[in-house]
Amino acid sequence: MSAPYARPLDLKHGLVDLTHGSGGRAMAQLIRELFVRELANEYLAQGDDGARLGRATGRLVVATDAHVVSPLFFPGGDIGCLSVNGTINDVAVMGARPLYLAASFVLEEGFPLADLAKIAASMGRASREAGVPVVTGDTKVVERGKADGVFITTTGVGELRDGIDCSGANARPGDVVLLSGPIGAHGMAIMACRENLSFDAPIVSDTAALHGLVDALLRAAPGLHTMRDATRGGVGATLNEIAQQSGVGIEIDEAAIPIPAPVEAACELLGLDPLYVANEGRLLAICPPDLAGDALGALRAHPLGAGATRIGRVIEDPRRFVQMRTRLGGRRIVDWLHGDQLPRIC
Amino acid sequence: MKYVDEFRDGELARGLAAAIARDAEAHRHYRFMEFCGGHTHAISRYGLADLLPDGIRMIHGPGCPVCVLPIGRIDQAIRLAREHRVILATYADTMRVPASQRLTLLRAKALGADVRMVYSTEDALAIARANPHREVVFLAIGFETTTPPTAVAVLHAAEAALGNFSILCNHVLTPAAMHAILDAPQGVAIDGFVGPAHVSTVIGSAPYEPFALDYGKPVVIAGFEPLDLLRAIHLLVRQVNEGRAAVENEFTRAVTRAGNVRAQALVDRVFERRADFEWRGLGTIPASALQLRPEFAHFDAERRFAVAYEPVPDNKACACGEILRGEKRPEECRIFGTACTPENPIGSCMVSSEGACAAHYTYGRLRGAAA
Repeated sequence: MSAPYARPLDLKHGLVDLTHGSGGRAMAQLIRELFVRELANEYLAQGDDGARLGRATGRLVVATDAHVVSPLFFPGGDIGCLSVNGTINDVAVMGARPLYLAASFVLEEGFPLADLAKIAASMGRASREAGVPVVTGDTKVVERGKADGVFITTTGVGELRDGIDCSGANARPGDVVLLSGPIGAHGMAIMACRENLSFDAPIVSDTAALHGLVDALLRAAPGLHTMRDATRGGVGATLNEIAQQSGVGIEIDEAAIPIPAPVEAACELLGLDPLYVANEGRLLAICPPDLAGDALGALRAHPLGAGATRIGRVIEDPRRFVQMRTRLGGRRIVDWLHGDQLPRIC
Repeated sequence: MKYVDEFRDGELARGLAAAIARDAEAHRHYRFMEFCGGHTHAISRYGLADLLPDGIRMIHGPGCPVCVLPIGRIDQAIRLAREHRVILATYADTMRVPASQRLTLLRAKALGADVRMVYSTEDALAIARANPHREVVFLAIGFETTTPPTAVAVLHAAEAALGNFSILCNHVLTPAAMHAILDAPQGVAIDGFVGPAHVSTVIGSAPYEPFALDYGKPVVIAGFEPLDLLRAIHLLVRQVNEGRAAVENEFTRAVTRAGNVRAQALVDRVFERRADFEWRGLGTIPASALQLRPEFAHFDAERRFAVAYEPVPDNKACACGEILRGEKRPEECRIFGTACTPENPIGSCMVSSEGACAAHYTYGRLRGAAA
C-alpha cells in the first residue's frame, strides 16, 4: 500500500499535536508510520477496530496494566518494553501462556515523535522476543500538562495450561517460598535516575518477560501452588498479598534474599527497605516441599532464574503475618507498607 | 557494603548478646531509653529485642523529628501552601503527618497545593532560584543533625540576596527534651540512655554530662548499626551493675567530646533559642527549639507570612506522653492498634516508623504473641 500522505512523519524533530488524536489523517499516519511499522503482525494488518484472533481450546486468562513510569527511559529499559513485559508477566504467573497483547496510548501534546518512535521500537522488540504480538491498539492525545509524556496501558490474553491451578489463595502451611533472583533493581534504577544518584556501576532495571521461566518452572513442578511477580511494593507487599489471600503466615530468612550491592547501597543512602522496592523481572513461587528441589532446579537452569533461592516457608498463622528472621538472628514483621515508601531524613 | 557490613555481622552480634546475657543480673530490671528514632528503627529492623535477655527493656524515646512536630506546625505549613500559594519544599517523611481537618501535606498536594519533596536544603534553594516569581518556603525540621544544613541554606540565600526564599523553622534540641523527660514531676522509669548517633556527631558528648552527673543516669552514645547498639547496651548494663553513671562513647569513629565545632558555629550564627516550643506528646518545653536570629528574620516564613502558630491539643485518649517517659508501654494505651494505627495515626508515636508505637505495632506484636 502506498502512503496517501504528502510527507512522511518527521521522526527527528516532529512533535505530537492534537491532530494526532483527532481521528483524521494525521492520526492514521501516526499509527501507520510509527506503531504499525514497529509492531507489525498479521492481526494489526487487518486494520479493523479490533483483532480477530485464533480459536482457543483452554480457559482464557486476561490481565491489564497501566504504565506511567517516570523517567520514560531508564538504564535497562523504557516504558515500551516495560509495558510489554509487565502484562506478559501478569498473565504468565496465573499459569497461562500469553498469546496476545492490546496496547492503548495516552500521549501528551508536544511529546517528541523521536521518543515515541524509540518507545514503539522497544515495544516491538520486546513483543517479538517474547513471541506475543500486539494485535490491536488505540491512541489518544491530551493537552500539554494533562499527562506526563506518554502513558501506555496494555492488556494481555493467555491460555491456561491444563491441570495448572496457580493462585495467591493456594499457599498452604508447610509450603516452600522461592524467589527467582536478586531484588530491587528496577525500583532503584528508577530512583537513581530521579534523584541523580550515580554509582560506579549503574543499577540496571531487571525488566524481562518471565513466561519462558514460568514455562520451565511449571514443567518441573506442575503442582505449584502460587506464582506472583513481585512488582510494586516489592517482595514485602507481594508476600503480604499472598498471606492475606491464602489465610496463612509466611516466614522468610533475610540472609537468603539476594540483594545486589549497588541496590543495597542506594537503599541505605535513601533510607529505603529493599524488600519493598519494585521488581519487573522477579517472581515468587510457592510450592509443596516435595516439589521445591525440582522447582528451584528449573528456575536456576533458566537464565532469568539463575540467582533463584529458597527464601522461606508458609506457616499457620491466623493473623496472616509475614515475618522475617533477620541476619542477626532476631525476628521482625514484614508489614504492609503504610502508604508509599518515603525516604527517611536522618 | 564496606564500613557498614562490618557493623552488621551476625556472629559478632551473637557474641555481644551472649556477653550482655552473662552480665545482666537475673534479679534486676534494666530499662534503657534509646532517645533517637534511628536507634528505634535499627532495633525493629534487625529484631534486636530478640537478642536481649528478658530483664532488659528498651523504651523508645522521642527522637523522631516528625513524631514530635505538633499538629499546629503542620497546619502552618499547609496554610502557607494553600492560602499563601507558596512552593513548600519539605523532606519526604513530613508528607504523611496528620494535621487538622484530616489534612496532611500529601492531601494538601492532592488538593492543588504546590508541595515538593526534597532531599536537601540545597534542592530547596535550587527551586527558589528556578522560580524567581514564586515564594519558596522550606519546612525546616529535625534535631541537631539537620540544623547545620538549614543554617548553610539561610547563609547562601543571604549571600545571593535570594528574596523569595524563607524557612518555617522547627529545629529542636535533644538535651532539652532529655531534661524534660527526666524532670517529669511523676518521676521516670529509665535506668539509662542510649545517646543519639548523628546528633552527637554535631553536638559532641559533653552536653550529656549533666544527665550522668546531676540525674545519675548513665548515657552511652552509640552508632546506628546493630553492633553499635548491642555494645552500648552492654556498657549500660555494666554501669548499672557497678552503680556508676557516666557518659561513655561507643561511637568513637564519629563522635568526639566537643563535636563538630564548625557546624555548631554555623548554627550559632544563624539561630537562637526560642523561649519555648511545643512538642507533640511532651508538651511545651522551655528553650527547646531554635528560631532565626533577628538579622536573618527576613528569611523567617512565620514573619513573612501571616501564619501565626495555633496550638492544637493532642487527642485526650492518647498516652504518648507517658509512653515517651517510659511510664507506659505502647500496648497499654487504650487506642493502640485499634483507633490508632500507622494508617490512621492519632498520637505522635504512631506517626513515623521510628515512633515508639509504630515500632511496637510492626515489631512488638509479633513478640507479644510468641511469649
